[in-house]
Amino acid sequence: MLEVKNLDVHFGVIHALKGVSLTVNDGDIVTLIGANGAGKTTTLRTISGLKKPTNGEILLDGKDITHTSAQDRVKMGISHVPEGRRVFPTMTVLENLELGAFLRRDKDEIAKDLKKVYELFPILADRRKQLAGTLSGGEQQMLAMGRALMSRPKILFLDEPSMGLAPLFVQEIFNIIKNINSTGTTILLVEQNAKMALQIADYAYVIETGSIVLSGTGKELMESEDIKKAYLGG
Amino acid sequence: MKGILEKNWVKGLISLILTFGIVQVLISTNIINDYLQSTLATICINIILAVSLNLITGFTGQFSLGHAGFMSIGAYVCALITLNNRTIPGFILGVFAGAIVAAIVGFLVGLPTLRLKGDYLAIATLGMAEIIRIIFTNLDSITNGPAGLQDIPQFTNWPWLFLYTAGTIIIISNFIRSSHGRACISIREDEIASEAMGINSTKNKVTAFTIGAFFAGIAGALYASTFNFINPKIFDFSKSINILVIVVLGGLGSISGSVIAAIVLEIINTYLQSFADIQMILYSLLLVIIMIFRPQGLMGSKEISFSVFGKLSSLFAPKKGRV
Repeated sequence: MLEVKNLDVHFGVIHALKGVSLTVNDGDIVTLIGANGAGKTTTLRTISGLKKPTNGEILLDGKDITHTSAQDRVKMGISHVPEGRRVFPTMTVLENLELGAFLRRDKDEIAKDLKKVYELFPILADRRKQLAGTLSGGEQQMLAMGRALMSRPKILFLDEPSMGLAPLFVQEIFNIIKNINSTGTTILLVEQNAKMALQIADYAYVIETGSIVLSGTGKELMESEDIKKAYLGG
Repeated sequence: MKGILEKNWVKGLISLILTFGIVQVLISTNIINDYLQSTLATICINIILAVSLNLITGFTGQFSLGHAGFMSIGAYVCALITLNNRTIPGFILGVFAGAIVAAIVGFLVGLPTLRLKGDYLAIATLGMAEIIRIIFTNLDSITNGPAGLQDIPQFTNWPWLFLYTAGTIIIISNFIRSSHGRACISIREDEIASEAMGINSTKNKVTAFTIGAFFAGIAGALYASTFNFINPKIFDFSKSINILVIVVLGGLGSISGSVIAAIVLEIINTYLQSFADIQMILYSLLLVIIMIFRPQGLMGSKEISFSVFGKLSSLFAPKKGRV
């Protein structure tokens, strides 16, 4: 479904991504793990169009989208939950969710999707009139995910969904990710919590200082000695 | 839902008519005398300026210090047109031509500068306004340079001022309630997230900036026509700051706040004229005190219904949602 070939990204003179290539198959959960500053977020942001690559190709369903605007990529089915949640704090939960469907004009279908999001995250239904900035971190993460689902994506990008959350919430968020995936949404997940990510991933890539150094199924990587040492704590 | 909306619409219309009628009566009975009429005109002009700047700074979150620049464009264009065509159609043409030229300049300036953020944008817009002012100062043959334009025909009166002011408020508040407005607010809240939602932030920022410039142009045109005289110095840096003060004082992201602040500040200003020596000290002191006790502005980001009358009538009715 998604194919990234030899992506190069620069921030000024800093060469942040050095020829990153990865493939995400339809219906999979694919995870990208790595340390701080390895280039995980940059990879996601480049694929969703928030950052321009200096080189390389991005293909969605075989179509070259390297030079497509971020708006058009949302229309084509890419939805991005940015790092740190980034909900709109002085808007209500409902307004946040409505903005997720900003590019859509099919009101009936939007209402249906809103219902689905409320089913997936019942807490959001309870708090629909509350300002998003007053939600807890875990609730904000759910809102950010719900908001991203409102564009009815084919592929959902999740950037560090477990960041800063209580362990109990982390487990819940990962259950929900599996849940979303089981309804047919492909997922590209960026995580520092490598253990959790590898457990649910069909395929995984390890990124180090801007290059993919290892890839394999979630299970394979979990058993790899290098990964155990570097990311799984023994 | 529809019923409530219609009711609010009717309530808004009634309060507009009432506001217009009461002030009209006060003018014809000379309770609002000639002196107070110029205060009234200043209030209307300041409302238009503040509401349009609020769209840019309060709702879209783009810190602009160049509003006086757009105002001066409206003022000069309208003045030049009415000086050559001293008729009511000439005046209407002048106001709209001024607004359109201001909007075009706003668009051209906004396109490159709105990529900047925060302080950088403030400095760029400030520079832009200064450039406009210096152009007007040096275009001697057209603008009469630093001496300015005199004897501009006066067409503004209460009905005109009211029409433009109410029109500005209605158009901008409708824009804010539209999906474009929602997009602008989301850009203020979090630009990266709004882009991830598929909102074109540059396009929406430039749109808000252009609309803001358009209405600043209208305000400038009304200024020229009310006070018969303009020169470049009127539209200097401190004018932009004064508009910003109204917006911040009323509450960033509150149209009713801007309206109330414009009225309150001008009334305070008028009455402080009697203490000419310490007028600015008292005025500044008041601003400091208000900002200490209401740092979010008089209204915060909340709105009240169309006018005080709507508010009063709702006191007697069972509680409903805000307008």
